[in-house]
Amino acid sequence: MTSTKYSSSSIKSSEITPKQVYLSRRDFIKAAGVIAGSIALSACAPKAMPTTQALPTPQDPSISKKTDELGDTVNSFDDITNYNNYYEFTTNKGGVAPLAAQFKTSPWDVEVYGLAAKPKKFTLDELIKLFQPEERIYRLRCVEAWSMVIPWVGFPLASLLKAVEPTSEAKYVRFETVTRPDEMPGQKDRSYPWPYQEGLRIDEAMNDLTLMATGMYGGELPAQNGGGMRLVVPWKYGFKSIKAVIKIELVAAQPATMWNTINSNEYGFYSNVNPEVDHPRWSQSSERRIGEVQRRDTLMFNGYAEQVAHLYDGLDLKVDY
Amino acid sequence: MKKPTILQIIVHIAGWLPLAQIIYDYASRQLSANPIQAIEQRTGIHALTFLLFSLACTPLSSILGWKELTQRRKALGNYGFMYAVLHLSTFVGLDYGFNLSLILRDVGTKWYIIIGLAAFLMLLPLAITSFKYWMKRLGKNWKRLHRLVYIIAPLVVIHFLLSVKGDLASLQGNIRQPLLYGSIALLFLALRIPVFKNGLISLRVRVLNR
Repeated sequence: MTSTKYSSSSIKSSEITPKQVYLSRRDFIKAAGVIAGSIALSACAPKAMPTTQALPTPQDPSISKKTDELGDTVNSFDDITNYNNYYEFTTNKGGVAPLAAQFKTSPWDVEVYGLAAKPKKFTLDELIKLFQPEERIYRLRCVEAWSMVIPWVGFPLASLLKAVEPTSEAKYVRFETVTRPDEMPGQKDRSYPWPYQEGLRIDEAMNDLTLMATGMYGGELPAQNGGGMRLVVPWKYGFKSIKAVIKIELVAAQPATMWNTINSNEYGFYSNVNPEVDHPRWSQSSERRIGEVQRRDTLMFNGYAEQVAHLYDGLDLKVDY
Repeated sequence: MKKPTILQIIVHIAGWLPLAQIIYDYASRQLSANPIQAIEQRTGIHALTFLLFSLACTPLSSILGWKELTQRRKALGNYGFMYAVLHLSTFVGLDYGFNLSLILRDVGTKWYIIIGLAAFLMLLPLAITSFKYWMKRLGKNWKRLHRLVYIIAPLVVIHFLLSVKGDLASLQGNIRQPLLYGSIALLFLALRIPVFKNGLISLRVRVLNR
């Protein structure tokens, strides 16, 4: 069932050398200075901050030995690009990569609008120039109780939002996935209320952990992982990290989200990773890290409590799950 | 020894083929990045499929007038049981690593586990008593006991429905496959109702006598 097309033995180096990197090595060298500065700053950050590093050279073999800040090794490029929950293509996780091979991630435009003083439509290239993506190694915990460690490349959503100057009425951010049923056959399935939508409270969106990922494993973002560009919110269940984002809207009221629309009892607006609040039908107390045999305990806020727990002070997480 | 019939050979090949496929896919690393879950899901689907096949034998043999089907029912049911055993042992041994405290914490509270386990516990006596010895020994009660499958099949479908992301009330989410299996189970159960069964038998007789 799973395509072996992407196995490391058969992959051509030209296929993994990311275009956006090899086409802009000069910009890259210029950016290196800025990134070096940010590494110096990150030394002052608290110990538990997620790893922030300069962009590695593509295909850097050392990346497979990299770890997150808890010491867990990143998952292989092969696993990350061939095990995908992406219902716009298919509900079969192994079947996404072959279908997504036809999906065009370039050019990619993102419209940032709504309650903002300077709404703007950006191209992906503009965003990369403006916000200089950096590597962030994050754990991703799926609501189905499996997890991975993924070396994303991206920039904080906060930088993008600040650029459009949200007004004081903007209390939430709404995200929307591209609609292209011809390229995304799953969108023809009427059992789902397409397009995929997600939302964050503005303070969640402004948290430094919240990332707009434009790349992965030092390269561009593969279509099956949400390319052109996706959201990554590492302390929430994976479905909150909406893929192939084309619209980011600043709004006053809590927006409707895909899984919450399908079943609000089972998928709350917050959907923070929480081992003490089960999915109504299955346990969330443990998970399987892809590549491991033993289950491991799920961590509160997926291990990011230090950075985000304060966002939920005074909230009963059993009620606002 | 009697010469095996073609249908008999097909049934036994069909019974072992899915297991061979799982082993082959595992050996050739084609069970996705999450092989334990893949084995769990595949053995579950195969168990339900063979249960539905065995459920189909009785009504189809009388409707189609194909007597041999009733003789294949036992093997089909036992293959269903075999995959159910593999499914449960994958869950307990591979998925939960025999971590009983972790399992017990979930067993009492999660309906998909309770219902799946109940179906398995009901299937167990059916597999044990599927042999001629028990058939003779239990007499009339054998038939009564084996009617448990009318409860087991719907329970397994519910178990399936409860383990996917989706919502039956709004008919949204990933529910197409469990609903398909549910409709097939319902069909084979409905075909046992005399009105439907006799209607279809007389239809066959009329078509053949034309």
